[in-house]
Amino acid sequence: MSLITKIITALRGGAREVGEAIVDQNSVRIFEQEIKDAETALEKAKRDLTEVMAKEMQAGRKVEELKVNVTKHEGYATEALEKDNEELALEVAQKIAEFQDEMAIQQKAQESFSAHVERLKGIIKQTSKSLADYQRQLTMVKTTDSVQKATKTITSNYATGTSKLLTAKESLDRIKQKQQDFDDRMAAGEVLEDEFDGGNLEEKLKEAGIVQDDNKAKDILAKLKEKKD
Amino acid sequence: MVNINTLADELAEKGKDIESGFLFEVNPIPGEVEVLQIIIEDREEFPVFISTSEEQILCITYLFKEDEVKPEAMDEMNKAMLLTNISMPLSTFGKIDGQYIIYGALSVESGLEEIVHEIEMLSGNVIEAIEAMSDYLK
Repeated sequence: MSLITKIITALRGGAREVGEAIVDQNSVRIFEQEIKDAETALEKAKRDLTEVMAKEMQAGRKVEELKVNVTKHEGYATEALEKDNEELALEVAQKIAEFQDEMAIQQKAQESFSAHVERLKGIIKQTSKSLADYQRQLTMVKTTDSVQKATKTITSNYATGTSKLLTAKESLDRIKQKQQDFDDRMAAGEVLEDEFDGGNLEEKLKEAGIVQDDNKAKDILAKLKEKKD
Repeated sequence: MVNINTLADELAEKGKDIESGFLFEVNPIPGEVEVLQIIIEDREEFPVFISTSEEQILCITYLFKEDEVKPEAMDEMNKAMLLTNISMPLSTFGKIDGQYIIYGALSVESGLEEIVHEIEMLSGNVIEAIEAMSDYLK
């Protein structure tokens, strides 16, 4: 059963904790063993394939050689017949028969090896797929295991934090409130800054008629004139 | 595999960089699988937890517990989460036992920049996620 199927099955069966469904003491070991077995089988199949392919080629070569021999000897037999040497021709024909028997054997062997090659290729394909799948499943188990343990670490520590007592909504409100306070302080700070710089004050003084920049020059000049006089 | 202690130190350095505009502290939590708790300034209520394994670097933020959800709205909320998952960059809704989370999984080859970016994304998405789901919550 695939891992995800296992989880869903467990959930439907009432398990609240996913971790329980898939990570147990044996999970990792089982997958690691399956992977090892698959890797071994794959290696063996690949070695066998090389061997059998070599044998197939060898048988094929023999068949070809025999074919050449048969043709050659057919030539000899024909020649012997032309020379009216029936005895020789018969001997050669005997040889041809032997070659043909041998060829039949080699051809059968070649077919057999060929079929074996196909079977091995099929096994390799299948085993490679299984291996990839086991590795994927092992990764899933390991990831889940890691997350489970991390969660345990978090929970054991979280229990001491005050934020655990607040709901998400309450926490959010707190954050927003802090932001609002900050904004308010910033705004107030700007007002203070204004007054401190004298910016606001100057406005007020101007309005009260105490500071009149525009007439400053004239006043100075007037004063200077008075002094002169 | 990522060395979590090295990661902790490097992240802590990054978290102090004012110019990044994203400040955080790193708090290693010991355990069978060690976890880094990333406490983000102004969002201390929603830390990001980081754990590493052979296969991935996992970053998780807790959203809310099952029992904070209105029972009659649970189905609709679950559906909504599935539908909105794809719109959240680098973050996915999930559930670990009774706890709703959002998480992001990074390749173990990820560099520091990627991890910090992931933390930033998660942190931003958490706020938006809870706001979006708030009607479903009690």
